[in-house]
Formats: sequence, structure tokens, C-alpha cells
Amino acid sequence: MLCAGADGSIRAGDLKNEEETVNKKKWLLSAVLAAALGWGAAAQAQTTLTIATVNNPDMIVMQKYSKKFEEQSGIKLKWLVLEENVLRQRVTTDISTKGGQFDIITIGMYETPIWGKNGWLVPLQDTPASYDLNDVLESVRNGLSYDGKLYSLPFYAESTMMFYRTDLFKAAGLTMPEHPTWDDVATLASKITNKSKQIYGICLRGQPGWGENMGIAGLLGNTFGGQLFDADWHSGYNSPAWKKAIAFYVDLMHKDGPPGAAGNGFNENLALMSSGHCGMWVDATVAAGILYDPKRSQVADKVGFANAPIESWNKGNGWLWAWALAVPTSSTHTAEAKKFIEWATSKDYIDMVGKTDGWVTAPPGTRASTYANPEYQKAAPFAKITLGLIESADVVHGTKDPKPYTGITFATIPEMQAIGNFAGQQIAAALTGKESVDQALDSAADNANRVLKQAGYIK
Amino acid sequence: MRQRLRTKLQFTAIGWFAALVMAFPIFWMTLAAFKTEIDAVASPPLLFFTPTLENFAEMQERIDYIAHFWNSVAVAFGATALALLLAIPAAYVMAFYPGRRTQGILLWMLSTKFMPAVGVLVPIYLLLRDAHLLDTRTGLIVITLFGNLPIVVWMLYSFFKEVPREILEAARVDGAGALQQIVRLVLPLALPGVASTALLSIIMSWNESFWCINVTEVNAATLALAIASFSNPEGFFWAKLSAASVAAVAPMLVLGWCTQRQLVRGLTFGAVK
Repeated sequence: MLCAGADGSIRAGDLKNEEETVNKKKWLLSAVLAAALGWGAAAQAQTTLTIATVNNPDMIVMQKYSKKFEEQSGIKLKWLVLEENVLRQRVTTDISTKGGQFDIITIGMYETPIWGKNGWLVPLQDTPASYDLNDVLESVRNGLSYDGKLYSLPFYAESTMMFYRTDLFKAAGLTMPEHPTWDDVATLASKITNKSKQIYGICLRGQPGWGENMGIAGLLGNTFGGQLFDADWHSGYNSPAWKKAIAFYVDLMHKDGPPGAAGNGFNENLALMSSGHCGMWVDATVAAGILYDPKRSQVADKVGFANAPIESWNKGNGWLWAWALAVPTSSTHTAEAKKFIEWATSKDYIDMVGKTDGWVTAPPGTRASTYANPEYQKAAPFAKITLGLIESADVVHGTKDPKPYTGITFATIPEMQAIGNFAGQQIAAALTGKESVDQALDSAADNANRVLKQAGYIK
Repeated sequence: MRQRLRTKLQFTAIGWFAALVMAFPIFWMTLAAFKTEIDAVASPPLLFFTPTLENFAEMQERIDYIAHFWNSVAVAFGATALALLLAIPAAYVMAFYPGRRTQGILLWMLSTKFMPAVGVLVPIYLLLRDAHLLDTRTGLIVITLFGNLPIVVWMLYSFFKEVPREILEAARVDGAGALQQIVRLVLPLALPGVASTALLSIIMSWNESFWCINVTEVNAATLALAIASFSNPEGFFWAKLSAASVAAVAPMLVLGWCTQRQLVRGLTFGAVK
């Protein structure tokens, strides 16, 4: 403050004092601003995201590399890693009760449209230009959308393919067609099976569950001309097409499958195939990277790849699944969570994993740029087939007759898990001989119709 | 004499057989922990192999074992201490001053264990959410405490019943109050039983996994959740899961080994007079 002297003049000392006062104020203001900014920065640095994810190999790699994201962004990450069924139940409990425990969740193509419809997820289509959303395969984007809005970004995606032992085929003078039919599979399997040497012509899932044996049963049902539900939502399990498909499956597994097939899921068949006990295996494309890796497979140099079998209908022979990252609306760190998801599903991330861990371990099935990369093509000879299968997988159409649901081996309705699990148990019972195929499928259809009627689908 | 020796040998053989059957899963799990993933899933199973420590190294890389361990310790000992604090007075009253409804209350307490935990998952989740106790040690201790309380009360009740009432009557004549009777007479006389109850409660709390998986994520996660994080339906995991399981059960095995005499003495307390 300027002080005038008694004569009205302004004294030098007063000016000095005034300058000091102004300087002090500036210092104080600067200090407060600095403190505020510093506190703000500290607060930003202390932002912690809790991520719920599945314990799949690609996710474990993501967890390992996420330290780089922490260093770059100053955001701290905490992880809950669980097996997919346990995680699904855990996350569902939290999100449906608005518990707000997670900032990022790992969900699949089944949950995303349902939870998006329920308003439980933050829409994610407003990604920055550098993310290049159009590079993400269209079929995968569609599977992770509801009502035109994208609700999760894919970390990796998969379809279904045929794996076979080239050495066994060569020794038996056999050739695997590029597009085999299930009849071809039966013929080839019968010529490869050598039970005395524990070589089984075909390995398929038998373990009951909507995500286990119903995956392969759904493909058989589709390719034999069936569907899960008809246009009026009545179950297709007891249709002639499904009965023919499951009778074929049970017969094939009895003749040329491994013993105890009803207990075999993905892992058990992976163990059998990679240790040389299966002549053919039809399962998730994601297994290709494991079977081709000499550290994890004893048949790495003897494994061939082909399209998943078709039969009377040439579509619906490959499921489409993606593990994707989403932000629940109950999260209080939406912006930071989006930032992490964009990092983890970016081209740069795939590039980093490919260059550091080897291209065969790069997350597959999500981006066109991955498949256009010569290094990936060289490291993963199954890349072309995988891309073709994922691109051609159609969640809207794909069955011989029109269907009212979205999905290939499952319908994206909340009741599907209960319906699929029950049907899976019935088909496993048919496989073990506890029930006939007709009994099993009639029972599965009755249950499905009852559930759908209670839920109001069947009028 | 020969007949007695033969009977003894037969019982010894049966005892060893039962012990081996029960210990076999632990033995096989320990072997798998030192195998590679390919060796762990080999068919036929491998008994002889080149041991490796890579599973333990990966376990240490992926989880914070020490943090999970301390959470397990806090939950196991915290829940047990609180359970004893509540159960000792309750069991004392029911054992020495039984009313018309004592048996009914005891049965009702035990009946809460008949229901599968998942039946009350959503209400308890909502309660914890509203109390801001999700993913906290306090929340998990409270849930574990109430889970174990019926068993703890039942066990203490049966141990206290073995204490002669005349001793307590004499103490009351000498002017001892309820607290003095508990602290100076009941607890010292039933100490083996109380110790085995505490040990059993600690083991149950340590192994509790349902609530840990469902109400904790990171901050209060115990070793049970750490083990669960190694299960995987897409890829090999048996060796890593076994390594995590060995690391999780090792502290309890050591505790059980060190206290087996007290545990057996407590569990047979009053059985032989």
C-alpha cells in the first residue's frame, strides 16, 4: 500500500516497504499456488485404479507390463486376478449392488451388451484419434457394443480352429482339407486313433458348462443346421438338427476320443494335445500360440492348423469371444480408467509385447494392424486362418434359419448361463452314457423353455 | 498276548494307511510345486523329475506374499481373539447357568452354519458397502468372527461342562464373582480345550476363502485369495497353483506341527476321566 507523507510526497522507504510487501504477497501467492499445484499433482500421483481381471496368460503379461504405464502416468494400479467364473461372480456382485470396488473390469462378449444395456458400463467409443478405433476388427467391435455404443475395448479375441498333428497325418497318408466337414473329421479320426499308444483321433470339450462343452456343442448345432432358439424363442436343443449333431458328437467321442472326455475342458485338452495324445483338436484359436511355443508344447514343430469344421451349414462353425476391458459407472476414476484401457488395448502395447516377449505372444484377434505386421505373420503361421475366422464370425446372423438373439454359441441374454449350464450337464450325461441323447436334449429343451417362459421371452 | 499284538498291528496299519491317504494330496501338491508346468500335466504322472524353483519365483513376482500373509495373520488371530472374547462368557453362562432355552439357543447358533454362505452374500455385501468395510481387514475379521462363533461357543460349552460345578460353588462361597470364576478357575481348568478351540478357529479363519474372495480385492486379501488368483481355465497353471498353495499352507503346517500335542490333548479333553 502506498503511503503519502504529510506533505503528500511518497517516501523512498515507504516505497521499499511497499515493494517488500508486494514481493511477500507474490511469494505467498506463489507458494500457495505451488502448494496447490503440488498437492494437486500429488493427488494425481496418488490416484489408484483397482483392476479386476482374469488369470489368462495374456492378462498376466498385461499385469507385468503395466508397471510401464504406472511410470508414464503416475497412476497406481492394484490388481484382483481370479479364474474367469469366480471373477464373473465377484464382479457381478459388485456391479449389480453398485459396490464401486472396481475402476476397470475384465468382461467378455457375453456380459458387455447385457451390462451396457443395464447402464452399468461407461460408453468407450470417444477414444482419441491416435487410438485408431477403426483398426479394431469390426466383428469384435460389434460384439462389444449395444445399441451402437461400444462399452468395452478388446484385449484379445478368439474364434475356433482345427489343430492337427502333421506327423500323424503324414504317417497315415492323410491330408487335412482347408475347410473340413465333421464327416471328414470322423473319417480322419478313425484312421489316426491308436488307443494302445494313447493316441486319440479327436479331442473335444466334454466338461459341462455354458462356456465349456456348450461352446463346441453350439458349433455342432449350428453347422448341422440348428440354432439355440427359434424365432419365437423356443429352445432348439430338441430339434432334429441338434439331435443329429449331439448324437454324432457322442458317437465320435466314444469311438475316437480320449477316456474320461466328459471331464475335459480347454486345459485338459490342451495338456493332451501338447503332450502328443490328440490327432486333432477343435478349440479356441488362442491355443495356437501355446501349441506353437516349444517351451509349452512337445508338438510345436508338428502341429498344423485348419478352419473349424462345417457340416450341412457352412456358417456358425467358429465362436467369437473377446476378453475386453470396461469401466463400471460406479467408478470414481473414469478418466484415468479410460486412459489405462486405451493404453492396454493400443497398437503400441501390442508392438511392445511383440518386440519384447516375441510376436507369437502378442495379444491376438483384436487389430487389423497386428495381422498386417510381417513380423507377426512370420512368427504366427496360424495368423491368416485366425483373422479369417474372427472376421467372418457373425453374431447377428450365422444360423441356417433366422434367430432372435445375438451370439453364436450363446445368446446375450441374462438367462443364458443357467440354460447353458443345465444343457451342458445333460450333454455330459449323454456322453458318459447316463442318458440317451434324446433324453438329454429333451430335458435341456424343457428347462430352457421353462426359463424363457418365466422370463417373458415366450409369450 | 499274540492276539493283542496282532490287533495292535492291524490298527497301526489302518492308522498309517488313513494317514497316508489324507497326506497324499499335500505330498502330490508339494511335488507339483517343484515341477515345470509341462511336467505337472504329464501323462502318466511323473514321480521323478528335475526340480525347479521357477514357480515360487513367479509367485513372488506376481503377488505380494508378505502383504497377503499379514492379512491372513490379522484375520485369523483377530477373528479368533474376538470370538473367544464373546464365546467364553456365553459358554460359561450356558454351561453353569442353563435356562429352559439354552439347548434351543445352542442349536439355533449352530443352525446358522447349515445355510450355504452364498445365500447371504448380497445382504452382507450391501451391509459392508454401506459401512465402508468392503476390502478392509475389519470387515473380513467381523465376517470371519461371526462365521466361527457358533463352533467356538459349542466347543467351549462342551469343555466347560467338564469342569466340576462344586469348584465354582466353593469359589462363590468364598466371594468370587463371575469374572473371577472365569479367569481364575474355568479357563485354567479348561485350558487345553480353550487352546484347541482357539487353534481350530485360527485354522478355519486361515483357510476361509469364500468371504475373502467375495468381499476383498487388494488391501485386505488373504493368502486364500492369492491362491485363487493362480487358477486358470485357459493355459497351464497346476505347478504355479501348487507353489502358491504350498506357500499358503506352510505357516499353518508349522503351527499345527508345533501345537499338535496341545491340539490332541484339547480335543480329547474330558473324553477319558
